[in-house]
Amino acid sequence: MDALDGNAIAGTLVAVFGREMTTATGICASCGTRSMVGELGVYLRAPGMVVRCRHCDNVVIVLVEAHGVTCVDLRGLAAFQAVE
Amino acid sequence: MLELVEETVRTKSIVLELPDWVGHRAGQHVDVRLTAEDGYQAQRSYSIASAPEDRDLVLTVERLDDGEVSRYLTDVLRPGDTLELRGPVGGYFVWEQSLGGPLLLVGGGSGVVPLRSILRHHQAIESTVPVRLLYSARSLSDVIYREELMRIGADDVIDIRFTLTREQPNGWRGYSRRIDQELLDEVAWPPSERPLVYVCGPTGFAEAAANTLAELGHELRQIRTERFGPTGA
Repeated sequence: MDALDGNAIAGTLVAVFGREMTTATGICASCGTRSMVGELGVYLRAPGMVVRCRHCDNVVIVLVEAHGVTCVDLRGLAAFQAVE
Repeated sequence: MLELVEETVRTKSIVLELPDWVGHRAGQHVDVRLTAEDGYQAQRSYSIASAPEDRDLVLTVERLDDGEVSRYLTDVLRPGDTLELRGPVGGYFVWEQSLGGPLLLVGGGSGVVPLRSILRHHQAIESTVPVRLLYSARSLSDVIYREELMRIGADDVIDIRFTLTREQPNGWRGYSRRIDQELLDEVAWPPSERPLVYVCGPTGFAEAAANTLAELGHELRQIRTERFGPTGA
């Protein structure tokens, strides 16, 4: 299946982080590639939203919404920084 | 909702009056959430088609046969109805004067929607940044904003080119094939001019256009893509 990109989860990220996050920069914990969230591969058909590094396919972010609570897993990122 | 405008057989523009709208930047989108009486919710993202300077907010929606949100928006929604929106969202696929240019916009199908917002914004602020739009559609009747784009294309700094991939009218003088390396090489600014590139379209289209531009020597950092496709979200 073709991946969408980080723009597709911009609204969910605003709800979670309280700010625009598609221009935030993440470093993949697996290969070290630095990407803006807008560039990352996004799969919405998985259970939850799965975000992968476009360079090595490592899962960098997982978001799962259940019963009004959004669970965020950022373990695939070595660093995550929003633009000031 | 104020008004529904039929753009093509499959797309409609929804004109919205938003009393507390904070304003948006050209290229951003909104999330539309529908809630059924039993509480079932469905949400989709739609690009904003209007410029920040326009009075009303316009979304242009393509009707998908299996699209539970797009079918409601294009078939059921009537003027006077209300919609639940979240946004504006996104900051990555945005163009503002401070980013400069030259600008290369590449749109496939309804991927032209956020590019139209960028073009209208460019006109509203009387920007002198040179722009080229390459718009790929199946046929002339599938071209969204056809008359407006023809009019905007008469502007000295805006160059608009169409490619019709399936069906061309008699005497068609535009391109008539899918976007490939030769076509992009002909339309795009040379990589040495470091154009800012915005590609929006279905996943396969956006992927192919961005990869081809990279092969032509355009820096990946200069290319922003926004992909859309069937979603199960």
